[in-house]
Amino acid sequence: MNESAKRDLLIENARLVDPSQDLDLSARLLVIDGCVSKINPTDQEVPAACARLDAMGRIVAPGLVDLGAELREPGSEEDETIESGSHAALAGGFTSVLCCSSTRPCIDSPGAVEFVRQKATKARGARVHVIGCLSKGREGEQMAELGLLSVAGAVAFSDAPKSMPNDALLKRALEYCRMFNLPIFDRPEVPELAEGGMMHDGQVSLVLGLKGLPTEAEDLAVARDVRLAEATAGRLHVGPVSTMGAVDMIRRVKSRGIDVTASVCPHNLCLSDIQLRSFDSKYKVHPPLRSDKHVETLRNALADGTIDAIQSGHMPRSREKKMDDLDLSPFGEASLETTLATTITYMVAKQLIDWKTAIERLSTAPARIAGVPGGTLKPGVPADIVIIDPEATWTVDGTRFRSNCISSPLDGHTLQGKATHTIVGGEIRYRLQPELEHLA
Amino acid sequence: MSTAVQPDIEFPKNWHRRHLLDLESLSPEEISTILDVAQRLKELTQGCRQKISLLAGKTCANLFFENSTRTRNSFSLAAKRLGADTVEFSSVGSSVAKGETFVDTAKTIEAMGVEWVVTRHGTPGTPHLLSRELNCCVLNAGDGPHGHPTQGLLDILTIRQHRGDIKGLTVALVGDIAHSRTARSNIWGLSKLGAHVIICGPPTLVSPRWTELGFEVAHHLDDILPRCDVLNLLRIQFERQRARPFPSVHEYAALYAMNGVRMQKAKDDILIMAPGPINRGVEITPEVADGPHSVILEQVTNGIAVRMAALWLLSGANERAKANAESSPAD
Repeated sequence: MNESAKRDLLIENARLVDPSQDLDLSARLLVIDGCVSKINPTDQEVPAACARLDAMGRIVAPGLVDLGAELREPGSEEDETIESGSHAALAGGFTSVLCCSSTRPCIDSPGAVEFVRQKATKARGARVHVIGCLSKGREGEQMAELGLLSVAGAVAFSDAPKSMPNDALLKRALEYCRMFNLPIFDRPEVPELAEGGMMHDGQVSLVLGLKGLPTEAEDLAVARDVRLAEATAGRLHVGPVSTMGAVDMIRRVKSRGIDVTASVCPHNLCLSDIQLRSFDSKYKVHPPLRSDKHVETLRNALADGTIDAIQSGHMPRSREKKMDDLDLSPFGEASLETTLATTITYMVAKQLIDWKTAIERLSTAPARIAGVPGGTLKPGVPADIVIIDPEATWTVDGTRFRSNCISSPLDGHTLQGKATHTIVGGEIRYRLQPELEHLA
Repeated sequence: MSTAVQPDIEFPKNWHRRHLLDLESLSPEEISTILDVAQRLKELTQGCRQKISLLAGKTCANLFFENSTRTRNSFSLAAKRLGADTVEFSSVGSSVAKGETFVDTAKTIEAMGVEWVVTRHGTPGTPHLLSRELNCCVLNAGDGPHGHPTQGLLDILTIRQHRGDIKGLTVALVGDIAHSRTARSNIWGLSKLGAHVIICGPPTLVSPRWTELGFEVAHHLDDILPRCDVLNLLRIQFERQRARPFPSVHEYAALYAMNGVRMQKAKDDILIMAPGPINRGVEITPEVADGPHSVILEQVTNGIAVRMAALWLLSGANERAKANAESSPAD
């Protein structure tokens, strides 16, 4: 294709939002050979044969970066494949996703890293960065070969969505990882306190007789995580977090100058545990939907920066798995395609954050935490760009997802905001409505 | 053979429900309606002993994914006393063992032409899910620790028979509240009818959050005993507990077992109830279980009465809904 061979593109009529340069302005953006060239180029600087894209006043921002999505391949292709997942990411405005190590076999060998990277290149969806296992076989006993994994291209280490139950191993890994300057991600949860839990432990679980996931299970793990990060000076990211206790602890250690980061899932910003009254497995998500006061605290913590980033929490599970009763049905949801709109609907539209902050939390911060390219439109970087229609309203219908998973706690909800174009390395890989484009 | 007498009973105008899923969602009036109908059917069947042909030609499916003897037999007898047929299904040796989901199993049973599916399952909410998937009536015969509405109703019917009115009575539910569907049904049923409910047991089995919902929580049986009109002694559900919530059965019995010594502190006319099966020597001693205040066996008989009432009411509402659907033009 001519377009992808040359990949010059002029995006016109843009509302350019780039928190990395503190920008929110009307502008046009020139992409040359797949990289950002210049904001507001002169007519002479625009090549004659350059493709043009009219953004129609919509938001043009660095593409979203996800800190952790399960892509399920190899081993659970009925839930998701690297192709379906990376295209679901594009439809959600993501130009990069970090894929979790929780495949079968898990990503604890250089060969497994290589497999994912090759599949992702072929899929031509969003860029896929690999999170390597923190422990061999994700068993929490021995450190995985972190050095070899990093050579193979792993950008971070984690056993997420499983937490790391072994304190000594986590401490050693934080120390060891300093020589690669790569981060460790922990999904904080003490397994003994969470065992058998199906939903947030609170008034609703009490009445429904459903085994609860107590907030202490997360609070204790966060306390351990931040203390070990402080002790080792290792790079640690905790997330997704979902409790007031976790927020409180992260706020306190950050105020002491300790360099930890945290993320939250969109479902914890909008829905509460009351939804479980329907006993519908689409609300069995992880972290669990908590009570309103936690939702409120998380929103505020995201707004004030205590929580650095939003991560999709994409844990796709096939339709037949989610059809079982609430106990047997696995935790999980497809969220790559709703993360942006959830953020806009429940944070931007409610004026809890402005657009610059929204893009910071969805793109710039995750890229910085993971140490991957993206999150900025500075000249010279690969042109990973999302164009967002901030006014578009749409009703979530899981059956229309590009993900193989149709289950979403937001199914049936009307949300505001949608990615209309997702551009990876200057190539438009996703368009919402082709008829609206005016390519020269 | 059936005596096949046409029974003298009128269908209550205020009843519209096709499913009986829990007591929390019922109004006080609806609960009273079931109890009234149960009382009337108990009389018409000479104390649940004779057959009448109220539901002849209909079939009730017992779909039990958890072991049960008394509840399943009680539902079967209730259906048969009203002239209905029953079909038994249990998860042992069924297609569930072959990997079928419970919804598919239930749909298969429904397709055999049943009027009611009576279901028991270890997971809360399964009857609620079935009620959305099936066109027939769904009765919850126990969904994990969540609900067991006919058990709650039979307990309340038994109290009503002895005391006339539930309003103003102090009823203590004692024991393993955390794992008890009987407790979660009694709590709503009794409080909706105006009883003062005390939830009593060790803090590991009785969440302090019940007070947020307006119930009295107590941890020492001896403290509340003199105030109680009714004690409902719930079984310790060892099979649902992941970790022991108290150090030993011996210690539990010392703190909570209803025995002869404790009976001295109780009101003269206290009613002693237990949903069964009872662990003699754990929550209740034989002298109390078999003593003059015990109404445990009356509860069993009343179980058939409330289940007859539930089957008849749900079926009637179902027929009415079908008739309405046929008479009103489809859009």
